[in-house]
Amino acid sequence: MREATASRPAVFRFHLLGVPPMKAALLRYLPLLLLALAWEVGARTGLVSTLALPPLSTVAAAWIELLKDGELITNGAASLWRAGAGLFLSIVIGAALGIVMAWWRPVNVLLSPLVEMFYPMPKSALIPVTVLWLGFGNGSKILLIFLGCMLPVTLGAFNGARSSEQVLVWSARSMGANRLRMLWDVVVPSAMPELLNGIRTALALSFILLVSSELIAAREGLGYLIGFLGASGTYDAMFAVVLTVALLGFIADRIYLVLMQRMLRWQA
Amino acid sequence: MAGVADDVPGGPLAELAGEPLPPAYRWLRTAGWGVARVFSILALAVAWEVAARSGAFTPYMLPSLSAVLERIWTDLIHGELLLNTGVTLYRALTGFLIGAVVGIVLGMAISRNALANWFFDPIISVGFPMPKIAFLPVVILWLGVYDLSKITMISVEAIFPVVTATIIGIRGVERELLWSARNMGAGERELLWQIALPAALPQIITGLQVALPIALIVAIVTEMFMGGYGLGGAMNTASRFADSRGVFAGIVEIAVVGYALVKIMSLVRRRLLLWHQEAVAPSTV
Repeated sequence: MREATASRPAVFRFHLLGVPPMKAALLRYLPLLLLALAWEVGARTGLVSTLALPPLSTVAAAWIELLKDGELITNGAASLWRAGAGLFLSIVIGAALGIVMAWWRPVNVLLSPLVEMFYPMPKSALIPVTVLWLGFGNGSKILLIFLGCMLPVTLGAFNGARSSEQVLVWSARSMGANRLRMLWDVVVPSAMPELLNGIRTALALSFILLVSSELIAAREGLGYLIGFLGASGTYDAMFAVVLTVALLGFIADRIYLVLMQRMLRWQA
Repeated sequence: MAGVADDVPGGPLAELAGEPLPPAYRWLRTAGWGVARVFSILALAVAWEVAARSGAFTPYMLPSLSAVLERIWTDLIHGELLLNTGVTLYRALTGFLIGAVVGIVLGMAISRNALANWFFDPIISVGFPMPKIAFLPVVILWLGVYDLSKITMISVEAIFPVVTATIIGIRGVERELLWSARNMGAGERELLWQIALPAALPQIITGLQVALPIALIVAIVTEMFMGGYGLGGAMNTASRFADSRGVFAGIVEIAVVGYALVKIMSLVRRRLLLWHQEAVAPSTV
């Protein structure tokens, strides 16, 4: 189970070849810069129609414009609040559910058929129902993200808690720990690595569901802004928001990764 | 793998500790757990029906299960259900297959070729955690609103888990395997196709198992966004016309399709990995 956390493919290690760190980072991310350059040149030289692909510099200007008139901030705040609230609920309830399922057999027997049934369901199917129940606002997005992200967390917690080493459980018991103490001191920590991986999946899923639901049915939020700008034909601004959303997803994942490594530091 | 789930009164551990239970009792208990499994699904169905009929919810908010099933039956008779399911499956599976092939080939290239590694590694490590669905309007702008844009979006989302899994899988191949193959005179090409790829297969299939549900999620979203045929398109139409039975019927249909695909995929896994030691281990949920 540890391999999944250490699963980043090895990269070209320029810094091991005696290249200074700044230069190494530059060399490593050079392909992305090259892509950006190709974008700019392709659009400027007319190789690609500027209607289909506005030059990167124009997109950057549009981004600053969106930032100045506050569109990006208000819609971004709405989106982040929805994703954050939905994800928070799914982590708290999903983790508790998974650990209880691993800990108490009757709960497992009752709930695991339901988990098995709903886990493979494409969660985007819930978008129209959440709208039907809660309308176009925050509630429907938060409910959707909560429902969509809960099961990966539950499954991570369940698998993690189930795989806690029997020897640890036995020795804790022989040292006189009661069931509740054992749950907290043995089962929960050993569930951590898998649980944290499940949460990472949920984090990625939350962004997908957020953007999808805002594209399809919303009156504010970054996804809505993308759809609105696209429909009105201001493609440079649309590209700016698309890149913002993509970047936010990336940054959220990286921050989470750092937190996760910190939380698992006690592991050898 | 003995787990905490078994460490409860009446669990397998109790048998280990105390005297063995008589076989009849054991059989009865197994049957009991089996009934309990079906029970929870039935209980959910009954709860849905009762809640809908109790009048606590309007039929618009929660149509009864029987009404929804009736609706699915009508869709089936009129042929709409098969058509929409077929269209959605065609898009999702085509996108998935393109993503799988491109992903595996790219993953192999990245793990064998330094230049490919240098170029693609940052793109993949930055692109994987991005919500690529945000590019949907861009893809529509470039490729239109028909199958091409939908399938493109699906394969773009499906590529990333497959590439990453392939790289991890090939990198994790035991050195002894590679050494002994090389020792026996295998060339680079044989090494890749006959040693590294089969040895990495469990990881690669795991990547495919991640990509398949994503492909279906994205297929539904693109259909909802663009309308037209397909299960997502049908739900879109139903919700526009405030036809909540149609919406709920869509959820049930999509859930069944998703369940079937995931089950088929795990059967494929078992079939392809018959030779692997994981075939004997029990599968998790």
